[in-house]
Amino acid sequence: MKLVYLDHNATTPVASEVLEAMHPYFREDFYNPSSIYSPAQKVREKVEEARLKVARLLNAEPSEIVFTSGGTEANNQAIIGGARANRKKGNHIITSAIEHHAVLDTCLRLEKEGFEVTVLPVDQYGTVSPESLQKAIKPETVLVSIMYANNEVGTVQDIKTLAHIARQNGSLFHTDAVQAVGKIKVDVKELGIDMLSLSAHKFYGPKGIGCLYIKKGVKVESLLTGGGQENKMRAGTENTPGIIGLGRAAEFILENREEMEKRIRELEELLRQGIKDRIPDVIFTGHPENRVPGCVSVCFKYIEGESMLLLLDQQGIMASSGSACSSKSLKASHVLLAMGITPEIAHGSLRLSLGKDTKREDIEYVLEVLPGVVEKLRAMSPLYRRGDG
Amino acid sequence: MDKMYTREVMDHFLNPRNVGSVENADGVGEVGNASCGDIMRIEIKVEDDKIADIKFQTFGCAAAIATSSMITELVKGKTLTEAEKITNKKVAEALGGLPPVKMHCSNLAADALKKAIADYRERRIDSDSSGHNLFDRADSDSKAFKDKP
Repeated sequence: MKLVYLDHNATTPVASEVLEAMHPYFREDFYNPSSIYSPAQKVREKVEEARLKVARLLNAEPSEIVFTSGGTEANNQAIIGGARANRKKGNHIITSAIEHHAVLDTCLRLEKEGFEVTVLPVDQYGTVSPESLQKAIKPETVLVSIMYANNEVGTVQDIKTLAHIARQNGSLFHTDAVQAVGKIKVDVKELGIDMLSLSAHKFYGPKGIGCLYIKKGVKVESLLTGGGQENKMRAGTENTPGIIGLGRAAEFILENREEMEKRIRELEELLRQGIKDRIPDVIFTGHPENRVPGCVSVCFKYIEGESMLLLLDQQGIMASSGSACSSKSLKASHVLLAMGITPEIAHGSLRLSLGKDTKREDIEYVLEVLPGVVEKLRAMSPLYRRGDG
Repeated sequence: MDKMYTREVMDHFLNPRNVGSVENADGVGEVGNASCGDIMRIEIKVEDDKIADIKFQTFGCAAAIATSSMITELVKGKTLTEAEKITNKKVAEALGGLPPVKMHCSNLAADALKKAIADYRERRIDSDSSGHNLFDRADSDSKAFKDKP
């Protein structure tokens, strides 16, 4: 059966270059980079080389990069560590309604520890308005955390303007850039931000590795205690193959991103237009222009997402949905609901996310299969005939 | 994802039995709501106190569709009293079980059937007391349903 992977926002395959770069550090060069003998010191050099590559991708300094186990840890570290270290300024945190749970739930955890949390709303496209941040921010605001690009609908925020508001107020600004890095240009200096989280497996690197960018001079309390690695910011023996893989993936993105973005945007347009032409009663979600490349988020009225995913899976198409039934929580996507999409429409959501290896034939195949899947489920739906879905 | 569902669930989901609506239905039952993600509608035709025909329409996940399909098979030809004894739990058992998380929200087919049977009984009482034939009302009901856009 033909297999078509359109779930790149969930994870991406490791690029061959990246896998090759990682390979020696499992066996031949397995040494602990903290050891003193020369083979281990060579590994240390490679770790520092990887740090330089990641810094280059973000236009940061190598000393500003702290390797973590991924995006979730980086977000936890930034929010908890940033809030705790700067508590003397105040106890107020601002975030947005469409954040990943790694941010939202971390803020809620701090709420239980006595912090006050403001969750900013978004408009129909999933955009946080600078005015709403301006209104919510106060002298006690320690930290503002707004995601760069949304994982479900792809909307990109105006981070530069939002970060400026935070800076004027003397508050730290963190952005969860897990879905942005690798897809669009990310320059921490231009954005004027204090912290940024990224994850390697979203841009053809391995799972289990990511980093937190912490601008020089920003105080952050470390979450882990132990051996003092990562300049005492992240205890624990370095995941050397992972770090070297992340470094190589960063280099890969620097070299190929622009070309990839162009190609992916073309295929994405083909997919969007094809869905519009072939299937009635669809609602595309996310910002019409300010979106990361490759994220097609669409709701099909009258039907439910999990059923759609299973029927697509029967034909080898891998995708995801924000429907309640396809989640563990049994709640429709908080992102779609925050954008004002009704629960019944949100249940019919489908996210197709493209990647570097997506081919025109893959899109054509999806456009061949998808109308039949939607039609089959609509024929079964009591909402379809009544037309009140 | 197949593994989260039994073979029976996948079979009923992929090849649902008795989808659609019954012409001149004698009883209609609908449960759930769109905001929670599952709606089941069951229509029955009753002859000699037995379920002569049954059809379903479902908006929902694979479990919702499979339980709806399964119940139509379980009760077709059964007397109303027998049919009423079917519980949501029995439907799930007939499917070889459902993931725990789906037991509550997507397992409503027996409720929809009970509602359809209650609807049938109510219509009969109505028509008995008013003297009208119960099929007149069933007919106009299902016609109105079809006429909607």
